[in-house]
Amino acid sequence: MRLTLHVWRQATPRDAGRFETFDAPDVSEHMSFLELLDVINERITENGGEPIAFEHDCREGICGSCGMVINGRPHGPQDLTTACQLHMRQFRDGQEVWIEPWRAEAFPVIKDLVVDRSAFDRIIQSGGYISVRTGSAPDGNAVPVPKVFADEAFDAATCIGCGACVAACPNASAMLFTSAKVAHLGLLPQGQTERWDRVLGMVETHDEEGFGNCTNHGACENACPKGISVDYIARLNRDLVKATLRARPVGAKDA
Amino acid sequence: MQRVVTLYRSTVGKKVLMALSGIVLFGFVLVHMIGNLKILQGMNDEGVYAMDAYGEFLRDVGYPLVPHEGVLWITRLILLAAVLTHIVMAVQLSRRSGAARSRSYEKKESLSFSYASRTMRFGGVILALFIVYHILHFTTGQAHPQFEHGAVFRNYVLAFQNPLVFVVYLAAQIALCFHLYHGVWSVFQTLGANHPKYNHLRRPFAVGYALVVFVGFMTPPVLVLTGVIGL
Repeated sequence: MRLTLHVWRQATPRDAGRFETFDAPDVSEHMSFLELLDVINERITENGGEPIAFEHDCREGICGSCGMVINGRPHGPQDLTTACQLHMRQFRDGQEVWIEPWRAEAFPVIKDLVVDRSAFDRIIQSGGYISVRTGSAPDGNAVPVPKVFADEAFDAATCIGCGACVAACPNASAMLFTSAKVAHLGLLPQGQTERWDRVLGMVETHDEEGFGNCTNHGACENACPKGISVDYIARLNRDLVKATLRARPVGAKDA
Repeated sequence: MQRVVTLYRSTVGKKVLMALSGIVLFGFVLVHMIGNLKILQGMNDEGVYAMDAYGEFLRDVGYPLVPHEGVLWITRLILLAAVLTHIVMAVQLSRRSGAARSRSYEKKESLSFSYASRTMRFGGVILALFIVYHILHFTTGQAHPQFEHGAVFRNYVLAFQNPLVFVVYLAAQIALCFHLYHGVWSVFQTLGANHPKYNHLRRPFAVGYALVVFVGFMTPPVLVLTGVIGL
């Protein structure tokens, strides 16, 4: 099939950027979306041009590196699919395809389709850890976990940190990401020690990084390649209020 | 206390204030709607319109424990505080979100759950303007050519015999209906009042709430406009 691609080109973070149009005359429907970009890049390189920069690593939908807005939708038209796992059979002959980077002040463009997602790392650093005794391995199943909580925690932990939630959100909010990180530790017994400080710290960093606020649109859930539910955001909200109300004055004791 | 300030400064804390003031406001809207249904009762045995008697009741709730109009004014102050909180938080949060994405997408597909969520800010402005008009219309009377203080039923009927006034109120009620739908659902989400056992009931509850309020508010004006209710 033949496609016309409009790709965002931006040489440096300070460059104003513009769309560049490419003709893709012989696209195989079996190609993945990133393979299409590989083919375009080969042609650009042969003609002495600068190839389109985009992030990629595992190409099997689990690392969270690839991410671009394809025709107005993060990761493209297929539900529950990352851009690397999107195949060209999802497009039709003669279609125009617009390819843009994630757009958020907290995710500045580095080059073309590559954005700096360090803001996510800083959110994790402000609470995405637990205290454990190091040394010999603990006995398996020494800490019982109810099956429903184990499943819920696992669903939250499937977040690959790709940033599609931020890209899709009309407010450029990272609440779905933050809430998944808060929940995947907060639902488990091992995560209780830091539970209240975690939610306070992560939300504070989320706001400091310049993400917008959540207004319950739900676009994040629909864009998430892992289908993470906005119910985790409700859980984060509840935990944050609880953390505030329960905070004890420093040094206060029960007895 | 330090943490309460921190909560207020966070985007989530401001959302919580939106939700709490929203609860006050949608509670008020429901009570107001029930009060308006007194229009349907017409005149009572003593030759007084039920609506006018209800108006008098609102002035004297709690008397003599509280002075005349005491409860009325306390309620008005609470409502004013709720409206101001709701507006101030909305403006602060909208600004933040506006600043979070300076360049929008060339192509955009909406992935939001509902149309209502995308029109909250726009609808909120319409409702704020409507509230100002509504108070001038039925409370203080400047916007009502035949206003008579205390004659609630008469003011109401004369107003809605004018199709233009009817259309203005209909437009405001449609805006309110959408605002309530997303707002009522959002309260559960924002306050974290969710549980797998009851989550599926949140949407139907929000739809039901919005529709009950819409139908309750619009029934008396329709009857006035069609001449079923008159002076």
